[in-house]
Amino acid sequence: MKDVTLSSFSKLVVQTLSRFAMQFPGRRKKLIGSSQNDLYDHCLQFYGQPPLENISLTEFETFAVERLKLLKTVENLGVSCVKNSEQYTKKLDAEISSLNFPQKAELGGISEYEKRRKDHISHFILRLAYCQTEDLRRWFIQQEMDLFRYRFNDLHSKHKTDFLHKNNLKYETVSAEEKKSLQDKLIASSYGLSGTKVEEHDVYKVPFQDALDLVRTRKVYLLAGNAYIPHHEIVTIVLNDFRTRLSKALAMTARSLPAVQSDERLQPLLSHLSHAYVGQDYSIQKNIGKISLEQIDALSGKSFPLCMRHLHKALRENHHLRHGGRMQYGLFLKGIGLSLEQALQFWRSEFVKGKVDADKFDKAYAYSVRHMFGKEGKRTDYTPYSCMKVILSNPPSQGDYHGCPFRHSDPELLKQKLQNYKVSPSGINQILELVKGMHYQLACQKYFELTHNVEDAGFSLNHPNQYFTESQKLLSGGRDIKKEVDMSQRSQENPASVTRPSQANSKQAHEEMGDLDSFFQDE
Amino acid sequence: KELVFDIDMTDYDDVRRCCSAADICSKCWTLMTIAIRILDRALREDFGFHHLLWVYSGRRGVHCWVCDDAARKLSVAARSAVAEYLSLIKGGEETVRKVVLSDPIHPFINHSLSVVERYFCQYAIVEQDILGSKESVDKVLALLPEDILSFPEEKNPMKRWDRLCTLSSIKKGGQYFDKEIMLQYCYPRLDVNVSKGVNHLLKSPFSIHPKTGRISVPIDLKELNTFDPFEVPTISLICEELERPRADEAEDDDVKDKENEQEAGERRRIRDYKRTSLAKYVKVFDRFLEAMARSRKGEMLQKSDLQKDF
Repeated sequence: MKDVTLSSFSKLVVQTLSRFAMQFPGRRKKLIGSSQNDLYDHCLQFYGQPPLENISLTEFETFAVERLKLLKTVENLGVSCVKNSEQYTKKLDAEISSLNFPQKAELGGISEYEKRRKDHISHFILRLAYCQTEDLRRWFIQQEMDLFRYRFNDLHSKHKTDFLHKNNLKYETVSAEEKKSLQDKLIASSYGLSGTKVEEHDVYKVPFQDALDLVRTRKVYLLAGNAYIPHHEIVTIVLNDFRTRLSKALAMTARSLPAVQSDERLQPLLSHLSHAYVGQDYSIQKNIGKISLEQIDALSGKSFPLCMRHLHKALRENHHLRHGGRMQYGLFLKGIGLSLEQALQFWRSEFVKGKVDADKFDKAYAYSVRHMFGKEGKRTDYTPYSCMKVILSNPPSQGDYHGCPFRHSDPELLKQKLQNYKVSPSGINQILELVKGMHYQLACQKYFELTHNVEDAGFSLNHPNQYFTESQKLLSGGRDIKKEVDMSQRSQENPASVTRPSQANSKQAHEEMGDLDSFFQDE
Repeated sequence: KELVFDIDMTDYDDVRRCCSAADICSKCWTLMTIAIRILDRALREDFGFHHLLWVYSGRRGVHCWVCDDAARKLSVAARSAVAEYLSLIKGGEETVRKVVLSDPIHPFINHSLSVVERYFCQYAIVEQDILGSKESVDKVLALLPEDILSFPEEKNPMKRWDRLCTLSSIKKGGQYFDKEIMLQYCYPRLDVNVSKGVNHLLKSPFSIHPKTGRISVPIDLKELNTFDPFEVPTISLICEELERPRADEAEDDDVKDKENEQEAGERRRIRDYKRTSLAKYVKVFDRFLEAMARSRKGEMLQKSDLQKDF
């Protein structure tokens, strides 16, 4: 790999990134004149200023890949552990350290400086990769926020205050009298707040719109539209700020992107980065029409993950599903290969058995089915929901059947259901243990293993359609055969690639990209 | 776009015995009264909103339109946060115990509980009779973790409830069971998706419900206890009332010139609603609008003062 500073390429990067600098002319002047220490004087930053230096292509790629690994770890830990639990912090700490990113407020000379520089630059590179679509932006913001929250909480109180000052974050504090009069209410609203704490530390008063995370979970006292935030919860407000700034910045980045994408050396890396985490999203329909409607009942028992089996059953029994259920199940069916015509027939025949007559179906529900297939409205071809999406968003309420049964069902009811589906008692216990540990996807994987009678699922579950595909592969005896075919193909390819004479840059880059995949195989 | 809330009686089907689906009666209507009191207080006192319009949907629920400037400018995330702050009932078909309380109890929950407590005995124990038959008692007991109690001898539902409350207060770790039950049976259930979406459509006030013919009228909170959804005028009633001869206005016609005839016609049309049962509801709406106009004027004066714009 070339290890040369490519000035024209890096000039392009700088050009793009410096458009952000235009926003902060004052600060920029200060930056040019400052010394190394000033530049990274805190281990944490808001990433307000883009980096203004030349870097090599190697560093560009390494930094980006390592930060992506870090963010992916953040994502995985966020689903499999309770955030800020001991397990979570230990694992995240280890990852940050092994990837050489800054942690705590150690001012350890050159190596610390290098870590902070890496933090700074890698963040901005990933902005380029993740600004292009709504989904990518949302994902990036979510992980960066979780990372920031972790790092901020990890700071000593003094360094937290330092950070607030350095970034000009001034929040209105509540007067002593007001604190006294609201003391009981404040203590009752915030976990871990005592009378002495209220007296001794600041309580901040911000409009509730600036403290949405605390409002949403009802962890703060609200009065007349203001949230009263104790000092130790200030991170939430800072995070809100962080999110707003990052969101705006990404929108701006997206506009400047075409210039960067035109560079052949950057383009493959950036697009590979943004696809690496997603893996298959089942948005492109394969096998359209291969499944017939008559097969669905049988398939639901054999190859559907529990959530879809549940939805299918509810649909058959009630001849109806609410919006959340229609979306989750309908998109899944699209993902397994139902065509639009088949889908319309499927939903209509079921709804008509219920309280909906054919006319009403065509008027009200058919539109929404076509919408799912991208044939109405803004014509977005909706992608089937991943496990993460099912588990984390839109929890079911009264009358709903969607969601993840491992996450959203009472353990007792889940147990009964599994018993009905003839899962062995020991298997059920294993599943319930996993559910208790909040490992919902692993619980579903275990369900797969028990219903297919295999020791090891052989894949890491993160999408209901993946469950279906793997199940079908297994049941048609396809999996083992496929492995052999892959191996023989690979051994055939290797001698061929060695004899390939010249290696153009892009081709070489492409092969190197192949190795990137191994970074992201799920453990 | 205004911040809106939709409370639908069907969402309470698992906890009301008198009706189900689209039906309502005077017994379960109390649930709407409770919902309005709790949400109105929270939106005003906790969130600082002033301009709330509560509207009967025409069949089985109520809507709330929050029209403050600040509310109309809320982002999707903010609307969703407000809706979740106001939600205490979590879980769908697969969850039995839908309310879980733990220390510390947030002031909002305490306020809501005090509203529920005012209505609970009459509504749940007497009218809904939740501790009467074995079936309903079992449903209540299912919300408690173990078989901590049953009622072999005691037949009086009110005494049963007292016993439950006493046991709840003395049992270690069970201090909130009675409160959780009250909330599960009475606390408002709102559809978060309606409030979240900036594009979500909601029935307009004064529109007519296609299934019942009832008009979606504003609810006067001062008369909330006596509001009766079955007294709300239907479109046929209004038409009937409009058909009635205009005895008292016959003289007006004779006196008007030809020039003023058109004006008079318009004035007559505008006055017409006053002869119908809609009159009092329009007054509620007018008062609401006047309050908004006053507050807007106040704001503009403030703004122009700040700008030294005389």
